[in-house]
Amino acid sequence: MLSDFANFITYDLLKISMNGALDDAVRFFIYDTTKILLLLAIIIFLMGIINAYFPVDRLRIFLTNNKMYGLEYLLASGFGAITPFCSCSSVPLFIGFVKGGIPLGVTFAYLITSPLVNEVAIALFFGLFGLKITLIYVSSGILLGMVAGFILGKLNLENWLTDWVRQMQQNAIREEEVFEAEKLSFTKRLPVITRDALDIIKGVLPYVIIGIAIGAVMHGYVPEGFFEKYLSADNIWAVPASVILAVPLYSSASGIIPVIQVLVAKGIPLGTAIAFMMAVVGLSFPEAMLLKKVMSMKMILTFFGVVALCIIFSGYLFNIILV
Amino acid sequence: MRTIKILGMGCPSCAQTEKVVLKALEQSGKEAKVEKVEDIQEIMKYNVLTTPVLVVDEEIKIKGRVPEVQEVIELI
Repeated sequence: MLSDFANFITYDLLKISMNGALDDAVRFFIYDTTKILLLLAIIIFLMGIINAYFPVDRLRIFLTNNKMYGLEYLLASGFGAITPFCSCSSVPLFIGFVKGGIPLGVTFAYLITSPLVNEVAIALFFGLFGLKITLIYVSSGILLGMVAGFILGKLNLENWLTDWVRQMQQNAIREEEVFEAEKLSFTKRLPVITRDALDIIKGVLPYVIIGIAIGAVMHGYVPEGFFEKYLSADNIWAVPASVILAVPLYSSASGIIPVIQVLVAKGIPLGTAIAFMMAVVGLSFPEAMLLKKVMSMKMILTFFGVVALCIIFSGYLFNIILV
Repeated sequence: MRTIKILGMGCPSCAQTEKVVLKALEQSGKEAKVEKVEDIQEIMKYNVLTTPVLVVDEEIKIKGRVPEVQEVIELI
């Protein structure tokens, strides 16, 4: 149906002649933008509802008071996946976890997955790559958070926290108190959730449209297999190079995924592409700046280093598995 | 006079919360001291996990979301 809509606009409304590179690019742009907009709206809205009702305080108490033999990493990482994508709210949570006496590694698992798996990325992946690749991305993102968190936990980085955070950690109080859940009816919360969802969409929309536009031009004009020569799976440096390239691109993450989709269609291996995207969303300068308040530079670098290594590793792994 | 504090590290929804609070004051004609708390160390003293947070007279009223104007008017 969407494809008919795109055809209608391209050929009937804009009267672009068939069988050229231009009509291909235009059709691709209209089709992708409509599809992604719809998906963004649905997924961001659903995540908004989950978030509005997720008992964060209870999760913290649960993680503090139970010994779970590794399951705590999965819980923290999974929790990171459903929280919204904003590093400004990740930092208070990070401290809140540390303060509650939750081990640093578990807290890191949350901190890694939180930006890595977010509603905007899920919507874009689903729209551009389909369900299977989205599930691979989400589950490997959660797994990566667990593994990297576990490694960081084993490194005993407690001494690299800033003094005031360390003090908080030492005075960690096991809280039993459960905060009174806000008693606001669903009908009252719905307008707020809708408004928040619209705000997120408005925020990312320009990037998404620019990204799809660039992708559409490439889709129409770049020949199939063009990039294979430079970034094929045999090129051992392709994965680390794309991870390093990705770090400064954070602010435009939502614009990059549509471009990547076209790159994959034109011959870049999927593993390299996934590693690149994980690095774009997972390793960001703005987040590092916020973290400076709670960690020493050494700790931030170790944190980013371990995560980058895990991303590179999973890039290689995907290139082997997903052929 | 009540003291209203908005806790948040400068995220978009924190700025939004401030706007809502100012609007609520304007609409209700009430007066209050509005303070923005952006320092994470200060924020953590309130033992919150999610921002933005609305604090009225040192009591946490709303956390983790942007309030409605009407809600704020009822709180102040």
